[in-house]
Amino acid sequence: MHDECLLSMRHINKYFPGVKALSDVDFTLRHGEIHALMGENGAGKSTLIKVLTGVYQNDGGEIAVEGEKLHIRSPQDAQRGGISTVYQEITLCPNLTVAENMFIGREEGPLIRQKNYVKRANEILSELGIPARGSQILGSCSLAVQQMVAIARAVDMKCKVLILDEPTSSLDDKEVQVLFKLMRDLKSRGVGIIFVTHFLEQVYEVCDRITVLRNGELVGEYLTEDLPQVQLVAKMIGKDLDELSSFGKAEVKEYGPDDVFYEAEELSSSDALPFDFKIHKGEVNGFTGLLGSGRSESVRAIFGADKVNGGTVKIKGDSVKINKPIDAMKHGIGYLPEDRKRDGIIADLSVRENIILALQVMKGFFKPISRSESEAFADEYIKALNIKTASRETPIGSLSGGNQQKVILARWLLTHPDYLILDEPTRGIDVGTKLEIQKLVLKLAEDGVSVTFISSEIEEMLRTCSRLIVMRDRHVVGELKGEELTEAQVMKTIAGGNTVNEE
Amino acid sequence: MKSKFQKIFKGGLGQLTIPIIAILILVIFNLIRDPSFFSISVTHNNDGNIVLAGNLISIINAASELAVLAMGMTLVTAASGGQDISVGAAAAIAGSAFVSMLKSGSTITGGTVLLAFFYACLFAMAFGAFNGTLVAVFKIQPMIATLILYTCGRSIAYWINGGATPTVSSPIITAIGSFIPGIPIPTPVIIVIVVAIIFKLVFHFTSLELFTQSVGINEKAARLNGINATWIKLLSFIILGLCVAVAGVISVSRLGLINHETILLDVEMDAILAVAIGGNSLGGGKFKISGSIIGAYVIHMLTITLYAMKVSSTDVKAYKAIVIILLVVIGSPVIKSKFTKRMTQLKNRKTKVSTKGAL
Repeated sequence: MHDECLLSMRHINKYFPGVKALSDVDFTLRHGEIHALMGENGAGKSTLIKVLTGVYQNDGGEIAVEGEKLHIRSPQDAQRGGISTVYQEITLCPNLTVAENMFIGREEGPLIRQKNYVKRANEILSELGIPARGSQILGSCSLAVQQMVAIARAVDMKCKVLILDEPTSSLDDKEVQVLFKLMRDLKSRGVGIIFVTHFLEQVYEVCDRITVLRNGELVGEYLTEDLPQVQLVAKMIGKDLDELSSFGKAEVKEYGPDDVFYEAEELSSSDALPFDFKIHKGEVNGFTGLLGSGRSESVRAIFGADKVNGGTVKIKGDSVKINKPIDAMKHGIGYLPEDRKRDGIIADLSVRENIILALQVMKGFFKPISRSESEAFADEYIKALNIKTASRETPIGSLSGGNQQKVILARWLLTHPDYLILDEPTRGIDVGTKLEIQKLVLKLAEDGVSVTFISSEIEEMLRTCSRLIVMRDRHVVGELKGEELTEAQVMKTIAGGNTVNEE
Repeated sequence: MKSKFQKIFKGGLGQLTIPIIAILILVIFNLIRDPSFFSISVTHNNDGNIVLAGNLISIINAASELAVLAMGMTLVTAASGGQDISVGAAAAIAGSAFVSMLKSGSTITGGTVLLAFFYACLFAMAFGAFNGTLVAVFKIQPMIATLILYTCGRSIAYWINGGATPTVSSPIITAIGSFIPGIPIPTPVIIVIVVAIIFKLVFHFTSLELFTQSVGINEKAARLNGINATWIKLLSFIILGLCVAVAGVISVSRLGLINHETILLDVEMDAILAVAIGGNSLGGGKFKISGSIIGAYVIHMLTITLYAMKVSSTDVKAYKAIVIILLVVIGSPVIKSKFTKRMTQLKNRKTKVSTKGAL
C-alpha cells in the first residue's frame, strides 16, 4: 500500500450568507485508501464534497492532487483533476445502454462506433468484475449494478479520487457486500476513495481512516482501529467521554396501567418503520439517536404528519384512528416540528395569527376567533412565554429563531393539549431560551401533560426526560430509564456497543 | 417629514401603496391634462331615468366585470400560488347557460332571471371545481390546469346555445346591465359593491382568509396545523367560479346578447394584472382583495385616459404595456428593498450629521 499523499485540502473555508459552513478544514487522502467522512447533518460533509467537486468554490484554502495545486471552479475542472463523484441518486440515464452511459458526454471523437463502445465497456466491466453487459439497458440492472456502472465510468475516466456519497442507502446487505468488494478492488489499484455514509457498521467494515467534522470544523482524523464506535459517536455529537460525569438523574415516577395516555402498537408510516410506543399522563420521554436515525419520523407518525400505513393506536385505552394532523389535534395531541422554517412558521403572517392558528383550526372553519379575542390570546402568551416582538402584528418571519419557536410553542399551548410532541424545540436558539423551554416542559408535566421531547443534545434530554427511546438506522434499539440514564449509556446504545432492551 | 414618508412606504398602507399611488398619479395627470375629465353630470338616459354620466362613471362601470373577477382571482392566487387563465372562457359558458335558461321559458320575470343566475352559478362552480381538482388533488400547475378550459371553454359555450348567439331583451336584463329605474348609479357598480361586501362578510364569519393565507405561504406548516390544504385550494377555485358567473351575467346583461366568441375576451390577463397591481404576490400567500379592486380600476382608468388622449385603439395596448412595466417594476421586491435600504442610509447619514452638529 502506498502511503504518500494523494489529495490534500488545507485550510478550506466556505461562507454562506450569515453562516460559516466550513472553517479552516483540513482533509488528506492517501493512495489506496478508503477514507470515511463523518459528521451529523449540517456538519459540513456535503459542503466539503461540493467544494472538492467544483459545485461550490472555496473562500480560502488550497487543494492539491499529488502535490499539484488545483483550482477547481467547475465540476469539469474537478474531473480533469481526476476527481469523480458517484452520488446517492444515480445520475445516469436508465433508458440508455450500459455502454452508452459509460461513454456519454466524453471527448472521444465521433469516430468510435457503437460496437467499439460495447467492446470497451465489456472489457472494463469484466476487469472490475461487475455483472453487467455493455449492450444491456441500464434500467434493467439492479440498483447496485447501476451504481457500479457509475463507478466504472469514473474509473475509466482515470479518476484518482473517487467520492461515494451515501452509495449504500438504497442497497440491501448483499448488494452492499458486492459494492464493498469493488471498493476494495479499486483501493488495491491505488485509487483513493472518500466514503460518506451514516451507517456506522459499514464504516468499520471497509474504511481505513475516519475524518470527523462538526459544525463546519475539523474534529480530527483517526485510524479506524484506533477509534471505537462509541468514541466516534461522541466525536460526532461533540462530547468527550472524559466529560461524561454522572448527571443529575431525572426523577422516576411509577405509573399504573390506567395512567397510560397514548399507546401505539406496530405503528408505521410512509417514513417510519413499525414501532411500539406508549406514554403516561404527566410523563416526559424522549426519542434519541443520531439525525436520520428515524426519531423524527417516528413522532411524525404519532401525529399523523406523514401517511400512516398501519398499527393500532389507543388514547386513554380507547382505540382511535389518527391518519392526519387534525385527528391527532382533536385527541389533544400537539406537535412542534423539527424544521421550524419549513414546517412550523407561516412567515408572512403576524405573531398573533401564528399563535391562534392551531386553535382556530380545531374550532372549525365557521367559528372564527374574533379579533379582540385573538388579540387577548396573543398578548397573554407573548407575556407568559416572554416573546420578544415589536408588536403582536409583527410578521413572525422577522423574529429571532428562539422567539419564533416560542410563538409555535404558544400556538400549541393555546390548544391546551394533553400530549405535546416537541421535536428539537431548542435547536439553534440561545441558551437562555433553551433553559426557559426546558423549564416549561417540566412544568407542563407537573400539570399532567405528557411530553415527548427530542433534542440532539443528550444532556438536555437527560435533564428533562424520565425515559429515553434510542433509535438507530430507523429501528428502536433500546429504552433507557432510571439508572441507565447516563450519557455514556445513551451513547453506547446509539453506537450499538451494548444494546439495552427494556424489561 | 421623512418619517411620514417611511411610514407610507414601509408600514402605513403596506401593500396598497403602489395601487393607490398609481390611481392618484392617473387622477392628477388627468386633472392637469383636462380638468373637466372628471366632471359628472346628471342626465336622462334613453329610458328616461335620471342617471349619472361622465368619464369617471364609465370607468368605474366598465371595470365591473374585471373587478369581480379580480376578487376571485386574488383568492385563487393566494391559495394556489398560480392563476386561472380560463376565467374568460368560463364566463362565456356561464353567460351561455344564463341565456339558455332565460330562453327556455316564455316570459322573463324576476323569478326566471334569478333561476337563470343560479343555473349559471352552477355551471361556473362546476367548472371551477374541475380546475380546482386538477390543481389541488392532482397538483398540476394552475396555469397548465386551467389551460384546458381556456382552450375548450368557448366551444362548450357554443354548444350550450346550439351554435347561435341569441339575444335577450327584457326590462329586467336592461336594469342589470345599465340602470335600475330611480337609481342613478349603474347597476354593475352596485353589484361590485355587493360582491365586495359579501367577501368582507365571508372573511368575517369564517376563517377563509387565515386558512387561505396559511396554505399559500407555507402549505406544509398549514397541513401540520390540521388545515385541509386540498380543500382550501379547491374552495378558492369554486369561489372564483361564482365570481365568473356574476361577471358573465353582467356582461350578457350589458349587451343583451351572448356572443361566446367575444364575451370577456382576454379578460383573464387583465384579471391577473389587477391582482398584481393590487400589490398581491402572484406566488401566493398574503393578499388584499381591496388592492385587486383598485387594480381593476387602474387598468380601466388607464385605458380610458389613453382613449381620451386620442390614442388609437391599436396603439393603446402598447402604451398600456409601458405603464404596466413601470408599475410592476416599481412594485418588485428588488426595487422595494433598494428603496428601504436607501431610506435607512439617508436616515443614518442624517443622524451622523446631527451628532456632528452637536459636537
